[in-house]
Amino acid sequence: MPSKADTRAEAARLQAIFEEAGALPVETTILQPADTLLDLYGEDIRARAYVTSDPLNGEQMLRPDFTVPVVQMHMSDGAEPARYTYSGEVFRRQEDGRGRANEYIQVGYEVFDRENPAAADAEVFALISQALGPLKLRAATGDIGLLMDAVRGLSTTERRKAALMRHIWRPRRFRALLERFGGRSPVPPSRTALLANPDPMAEAQPLIGKRGAGEIAARIEALREDAAEPPISATEVDLLEDMLKIRMKSVDALSHLRDLAVDMPSIGPAIERMDARCEALVARGVAVEELDFEASYGRTSMEYYDGFVFGFYAEARPDLPPVATGGRYDALTRVLGRGRSIPAVGGVIRPGLVLSLMEGGQ
Amino acid sequence: MTVKLGVPSKGRLMDKTFDWFGARGVTLSRAGSDREYAGAVEGAEGVELVLLSAGEIPRELAAGRIHLGVTGSDLVRDKLAAWDSQVMELAQLGFGHADLVIAVPKAWVDVDTLDDLDGAAAAFRKTHGHRMRIATKYHRLVREFLRETGVADYRLVDSQGATEGTVKNLTAEAIADITSTGETLRANHLKILSDGVAHRSQATLYKSLKADWSAEDRAALERLVRKLDVAG
Repeated sequence: MPSKADTRAEAARLQAIFEEAGALPVETTILQPADTLLDLYGEDIRARAYVTSDPLNGEQMLRPDFTVPVVQMHMSDGAEPARYTYSGEVFRRQEDGRGRANEYIQVGYEVFDRENPAAADAEVFALISQALGPLKLRAATGDIGLLMDAVRGLSTTERRKAALMRHIWRPRRFRALLERFGGRSPVPPSRTALLANPDPMAEAQPLIGKRGAGEIAARIEALREDAAEPPISATEVDLLEDMLKIRMKSVDALSHLRDLAVDMPSIGPAIERMDARCEALVARGVAVEELDFEASYGRTSMEYYDGFVFGFYAEARPDLPPVATGGRYDALTRVLGRGRSIPAVGGVIRPGLVLSLMEGGQ
Repeated sequence: MTVKLGVPSKGRLMDKTFDWFGARGVTLSRAGSDREYAGAVEGAEGVELVLLSAGEIPRELAAGRIHLGVTGSDLVRDKLAAWDSQVMELAQLGFGHADLVIAVPKAWVDVDTLDDLDGAAAAFRKTHGHRMRIATKYHRLVREFLRETGVADYRLVDSQGATEGTVKNLTAEAIADITSTGETLRANHLKILSDGVAHRSQATLYKSLKADWSAEDRAALERLVRKLDVAG
């Protein structure tokens, strides 16, 4: 374990690289209002963050990451375009007993820029990749936007698409929904009975609690409408599942995706974005013919990435978490921007892991 | 040193535990009066009885202050993070059965599965502007269960007692609680989701992985395990 002083020195070195790239150094408070984070992430955040209570300000969380406060800061008074860098502790509860750090330093770089998202993606990735250069890490990349566009393009109801979109970050539930909408999993007997009942509301009593009769009736109506819809075609389900299995070099992934796009035109724009990103990466000296691409990458991380995603891994040390991670989070700026939004992408490096790997002589 | 065996200090759980050990030739008993929380062990050399509240046994096992303990598996899994790295199950004792279940108002005729709950939660959040509240005191178990099964848009609210009443009192929309017969749920106009069993609990004998086990303790454990005929 590197000492805290050494880690801070390494963090300073990394932050200097980000400053040199034009980023403005910023600070955020360690105590963050829990409401915002709970609203974004839901109950799961409680298993991952430390919650404490303030006698006057209510529930607070020890900063689990910098992205949310930095986005809030930018959305309230940031100039455009903007590049920020930060360095400091984040706190993560570790529930699984693998002995991972619950407090560690992150150094980050975030870009808020409308002009050229592909160039901004490449800028963040290449900068982090260069900063980690000597460590010979494996980079994994993905693109959540691809999956989102594929879902939007399904020939089915808006309601089904919304249900799938809601579970993009929960792969298991996503798959179950897709199977159901595709007519591949049996309808539960209770659902069949409900839909066969001419007057199910007659049994909806005694009504207790805040969820009212109107809500129950509305959902039954929605279920009836859904049952009358044809299933999503097997071709479409197969195409989507095929796409999610893609795990190859970026260049090969692009050509495979283009093949799929013949029957799934909705992913065309996402492929063009990916193509532009690859070109921008090449322009920054990244060897895209060697760059891994996984269509499902990033789906189990905290849910705010909605485009390009990446992580850097020490292959000789599978016990370690990724040394750096990042991605695009356009939608987060909309959620936190109170009506305004701006394309944004960023990433963080863990200087403590960088030092561990250097000491390990990797 | 002796092997400390933690057993619930009162009620049916204590009686049944005594019976279970007794049937296997190890006599546990309370020393002195009924009010004194000290115990005696006959038939197992090097084992000492410690009477504790069932709710404290997981914590004592994790802290290594007792070597063995009998308590409900629900308590161990809810109170201990990464429980299986801190304690090991030696035997399920076959009593103290209770299920941790997700229950919703019986009037929710459109909700029978977790999939329905998830759908209703999404609509509820849109209508009311806040997440569907589930009242429970089993936060870790329920959160893990709902994460594994992919239910979103809910929030846990703490309820340490009379949880079945929270829906009627408008402090929660659904509950997650322990039930053995479902009687209290029915009386409060609630129903269990058909796939809503988060954990089937029963009294279980645990071994602490955090306690100091001297050579002597290990020998005593081995003798005890052989006598009880459980997997040590």
